[in-house]
Amino acid sequence: MEKMVIKDSSYRIKKAKILHTKKMTENEKFFEIVLKSGESLDHEPGQFVMISLLGIGEIPISVCSSPTRRDSFDICVRAVGKVTTCIHKLEAGDEVGIRGPYGKGFPVSILEGNSLLIIAGGLGIAPLRSLINYVLANRRDFGMVHILLGCKEPKELLFSEELEQWNERTDLYYACTVDRAAPDWAGNVGLITTLIPGVDIEPVRTFAAVVGPPVMYKFVIKELLAKEIPERQILLSFERHMKCGNGKCGRCQIQSLYCCQDGPVFNYEQIKNMSEAF
Amino acid sequence: MYVILGKERFNDFISRLSEMRRLFAPAVLKGYNNFAFEKVTSGKEIAIKYIPTILPPKKFFIPQRETLLEFNIAQGIDAEAVVEYEPMTIFGVHTCDLAGIQCLNMVFSERPKDYNYLTRGSKIVLIGLECNEYCDEYASCNLVNATFPCGGYDLFFTDLGDYFVIHVNTRSGDEIIKEIGSFEKVDTSHINELEKLREKKRKVFGNEVPIEGKHIPELFDRSFGASVWKDLEERCLACGNCTNVCPTCYCFDIRDEVELNLESGIRYRVWYSCQLEPFAKVAGGINFRKERSARQKHRYYRKFRYPVDRFTRFFCTGCGRCTRTCMAGISLKETLNDLIKESES
Repeated sequence: MEKMVIKDSSYRIKKAKILHTKKMTENEKFFEIVLKSGESLDHEPGQFVMISLLGIGEIPISVCSSPTRRDSFDICVRAVGKVTTCIHKLEAGDEVGIRGPYGKGFPVSILEGNSLLIIAGGLGIAPLRSLINYVLANRRDFGMVHILLGCKEPKELLFSEELEQWNERTDLYYACTVDRAAPDWAGNVGLITTLIPGVDIEPVRTFAAVVGPPVMYKFVIKELLAKEIPERQILLSFERHMKCGNGKCGRCQIQSLYCCQDGPVFNYEQIKNMSEAF
Repeated sequence: MYVILGKERFNDFISRLSEMRRLFAPAVLKGYNNFAFEKVTSGKEIAIKYIPTILPPKKFFIPQRETLLEFNIAQGIDAEAVVEYEPMTIFGVHTCDLAGIQCLNMVFSERPKDYNYLTRGSKIVLIGLECNEYCDEYASCNLVNATFPCGGYDLFFTDLGDYFVIHVNTRSGDEIIKEIGSFEKVDTSHINELEKLREKKRKVFGNEVPIEGKHIPELFDRSFGASVWKDLEERCLACGNCTNVCPTCYCFDIRDEVELNLESGIRYRVWYSCQLEPFAKVAGGINFRKERSARQKHRYYRKFRYPVDRFTRFFCTGCGRCTRTCMAGISLKETLNDLIKESES
């Protein structure tokens, strides 16, 4: 057997260093990461990277910072498996491997000149934070911006400092709801779908961007269609366990589509007839 | 270009071929009608008449286990992407398996390209061998247009009794012919014999399933909700044999392995199967193809529907391996027949 190094291999990892971490909730931890080569990650909002802990494994994680910040990028990791649990043990100064960015994110150049209805459920705020911060950095290019946020309990809210800032801004409409309130919770209680009917939008000029747990999509889409947002303008990001990121390994396939290359962001028209998507 | 190799010279040809590169060819295994691509050095070891081997030649293109990355984590992280390969010749590849390799070539050349596959594949010389007879009732190569050669080889052998007629398809095929030498020139009588054999095959390799290939995508468009999938669910054991033996199944998992020194290790990929329960599971335990019916359906759609849009061809080569190997007796032709019946009822 002969062996050779492949410089162009799609499995080659870039070295990266963790600059800063923050425990956000019991299960989620925030990491700011910089590529050691000094290059920018150069991602689109909604794209993901493969994060490697050599010897443990590699997992797909959405980038949660805006590409307008070029010197470093952020990820938010929920500890659910072997690799994510190990990533939680990392601190500033530790090294990880990066592949990517991968996939099709939110088509920001197409979104320009439209209003946005951004709907985040739970950890779905992570990829959407990338889009939101991109939009805020280019606020003039967009119409009205609505952010609807939902999660199970107040203690699960991510990026709470930023949420407060968004809440105070006059150039966007922000609403948040929780499924179950805590004693000191003064906000909305109820499913995220309850926030949609009250949003005042002009549907033909509005794009909805939705990211949340799989169970959320069906109900949210129903409300968005009731608002008469065209199917093509409803953008959804799907979670699958990508292993290769190159449209080969088959793990993330939704019928004929590869979530890692054709997605993870799809418009509703593309996938509405794909029962495996939901 | 065609040349002729007399049968009396076949053993010599194979010996010479095995001296040029490692040579693999179909050989008889223990058990009824079991064959495998094995390393050979003489023509006597080769089964010229064989039905599809247990594993298709994809095992040479995508090894069951293959290193992608070598790393050292003693000080920071240090990793290099590698490919392991071996120059070789595979002799005796039937048209179904050549079609299978063509499918894999398309998948792994699609961007982002897979240089592990492409590098390894570029070192493999392929010598095809025509099936003169229909292998068994499980085959359906005619349905998917894989009965006759259509590229994908360097040399292609057809057994015409006392001699082989050889189609030279590539420069590396030509180099083999030149290096080994002493082939006879082809004349019109040889080509007439070849045509006669193919004419006979067109009659014998009949329509295995009562549908024309061009109507199969429509059949599948109508069948997503068919009860046939439920029937498969009741029989399927979710063992993954069908995908392992399939010449066009290439799904894989990627895993890490660390040496006992806890410093160096490898990242490797290993064959995986959409038929296994955890395949489509995501973090948090949601499984997008939890039911065996969904997983079997996915397998059939990945052969007959999805690749039609992406690659303009079926990813079934009609080799029949999935049917031969299935412990639960799930038959590809029977499933297609049932889908046709259900869509007509």
